[in-house]
Amino acid sequence: MAETTKSTYQGQMHLLQKEMMGRYFERVTRAAEQGDGKAVYMLISGNPVELVQAFDLVPVYPEIDALQLAVKKAALPFILKAEEIGYSMDNCAYVKADVGLFLGDRKTPFATIPLPSLILCNYVGCNVYLQWFEHLAEYCDGEIYNLDIPFLREPSGKPSKADIEYVVKQLEEVIVAMERLTGKDLDWAKLKRIVALSGETGELWAKVKSLTKHAPTPFDAYFDSVTMMAPLYCLRGTEDGLKFFQTALKEMEEKVQMGQGPLPEERFRFVIEGPPPWPYLRTFRDLFSKWGAVAVASTYSTVGGLWEFGFKHDPNRPLESIAEHMLEWNVTNRNFLQRYAQIRRYIEEWNADALIIHSVKSCRLFSAGQGDMREYFTKDLNVPTLLIESDIEDPRYFSEAQIKNRIDAFFESLEHKKIVREAHAAAGGAA
Amino acid sequence: MIYAAGIDVGSTQTKGIILDEKRNIVARALTMTGANVTRAGDNCFKEALKVAEIPPEQVAYVVGTGYGRYKVTFGDAQITEISCHARGACNLFPNTRTVIDMGGQDAKGIRVGPDGDVKDFVMNDKCAAGTGRFLGSAAEALLLNLDDIGPLSLKAKNPVRLTTVCTVFVESDIMSYLAQNKKVEDILGGVHSAIAARTISLIRRVGIEPEVTFTGGVSRNIGMVRALEEKLGMKINVSPDSHYVGALGAAIFALERAVKAKGEPAQATA
Repeated sequence: MAETTKSTYQGQMHLLQKEMMGRYFERVTRAAEQGDGKAVYMLISGNPVELVQAFDLVPVYPEIDALQLAVKKAALPFILKAEEIGYSMDNCAYVKADVGLFLGDRKTPFATIPLPSLILCNYVGCNVYLQWFEHLAEYCDGEIYNLDIPFLREPSGKPSKADIEYVVKQLEEVIVAMERLTGKDLDWAKLKRIVALSGETGELWAKVKSLTKHAPTPFDAYFDSVTMMAPLYCLRGTEDGLKFFQTALKEMEEKVQMGQGPLPEERFRFVIEGPPPWPYLRTFRDLFSKWGAVAVASTYSTVGGLWEFGFKHDPNRPLESIAEHMLEWNVTNRNFLQRYAQIRRYIEEWNADALIIHSVKSCRLFSAGQGDMREYFTKDLNVPTLLIESDIEDPRYFSEAQIKNRIDAFFESLEHKKIVREAHAAAGGAA
Repeated sequence: MIYAAGIDVGSTQTKGIILDEKRNIVARALTMTGANVTRAGDNCFKEALKVAEIPPEQVAYVVGTGYGRYKVTFGDAQITEISCHARGACNLFPNTRTVIDMGGQDAKGIRVGPDGDVKDFVMNDKCAAGTGRFLGSAAEALLLNLDDIGPLSLKAKNPVRLTTVCTVFVESDIMSYLAQNKKVEDILGGVHSAIAARTISLIRRVGIEPEVTFTGGVSRNIGMVRALEEKLGMKINVSPDSHYVGALGAAIFALERAVKAKGEPAQATA
């Protein structure tokens, strides 16, 4: 079977990300070690980071801390520490890694994590997350505000007017809490500027993502998208965040012009659902690269927000706009039919050959319907679909031999179909 | 004469097949995999060569398959056992559309096209429930030989209902039935029925279309064949070579490549 050698592409975008995220983690560490800045803990999916930036507070994301620990292969001792105090083996491993970290000195290989001045639980789509933040609040006796975001339950997939008003009302309460915390009033003009920056950043991100419709795709929409997701979350609403996406767009447009992709040869284009196995990210990528398989779209890159289907933050309606983002424009608050539609659109418009579903063992909430999803795509839409399972955080759930076997078998069969198709085309051409 | 070989290095046993250019099986070899996977592939190949009475130079192409396929260091290519089982099953039974493969640690279902290509597949995940190992644990708990439990299970009149398909906990389940003076054949009937039910629910994910061909080490167990047939409500194909289907598929891939390489020297192998 044809195998493409693995790529070690590191562009300007990757270098800039490293530099900017380095600065972000320095800021986080200064808040922890020197009391320079107050930390607000938030979750990735549909958060109001614009408010945090407007008050010059430091956004801290326990999910990012947990995944960084996993990437650096440092998560397991923290997971075990959480299990020692009673968290179950089946519990979300992000939660366990973070709880283990939180209960110690909060020092990691990338930053020291400050204690929270406000725990802002923007509960979107996951009740385990709600309890995660409640536990943190209990451990440090800290202030917690739970934003209650109604799930998208209408067949139209749209939030109602009442839903938007309900979230805006809560955001106003959060503003009061932040005013109390900082001792200053909200500067509305500043908030509008920040919301405008978020809008522009989101728009650039959408443009970058549409470039993967090209063949070859200029970057891997899963493995390289995760590089872009960190600035999108940690730096959204800042000049740095905007600059990052301007650079990324320019670099990727140049790659399209030159016909360059992340692999020497693009043989298969796939769409992928689910977050990556962070402890084995490189290994996982190589399992696809060796087949010349590259992701052209991913649902994971929309957990923090969906900008590619037309949403843009509006500075003239700052709170409504943040509320709409939280309610409607991130994948975790969407129902399963909307998730199906999103993936279907990716497969059709991004011209993909297959769907890969990476199911997360310690996340039943997001993974539970993926068996039906596989059935829908294979049987109803005739899209070759592979379902594999490991974990986002816990290295004990990753079995390389088993995953490799499934990925190899899947691409062997796609390769076979491709060869048959090409042979037919050649025979037709000759006749 | 061109010969080609397929070596299937499984988690428990290593199987080898040598084919001549007319696809006749000229040798079968079966060895235990053990701790040294590289040596397992090597020994099995040597064993097959001995049976075929040919020197290794006469084997034009070798394909490795199974979990240890990358350790078949003398091989020319590696192909997953999913592709190989599909290919091998269709070679033995050309009307095969569904393959059920049960090995030491794996249970898998494969939907195949008319030429033996893989349309879809599912496998058990990170758990040996419903695999050959489960039967091994049951046999051990009853102090029986693995080869005897299948025929014995057919004598069951009132099969017990197991509370678990966990390979680890099945032993305590069996102990509790023994304590209740249940008959060994009824316990074994329950064991086979439980695995058949679990396997079928797995295979249904790819869809069960006749003909169904049963492959892998467990297909030698007549009790499992009957339990699957009863639950599916149809006859299933089982060959005396079902155990070797992975190796056979690998050998067919190898033979095709050897023939292609001979005919088209410029583009030796894909």
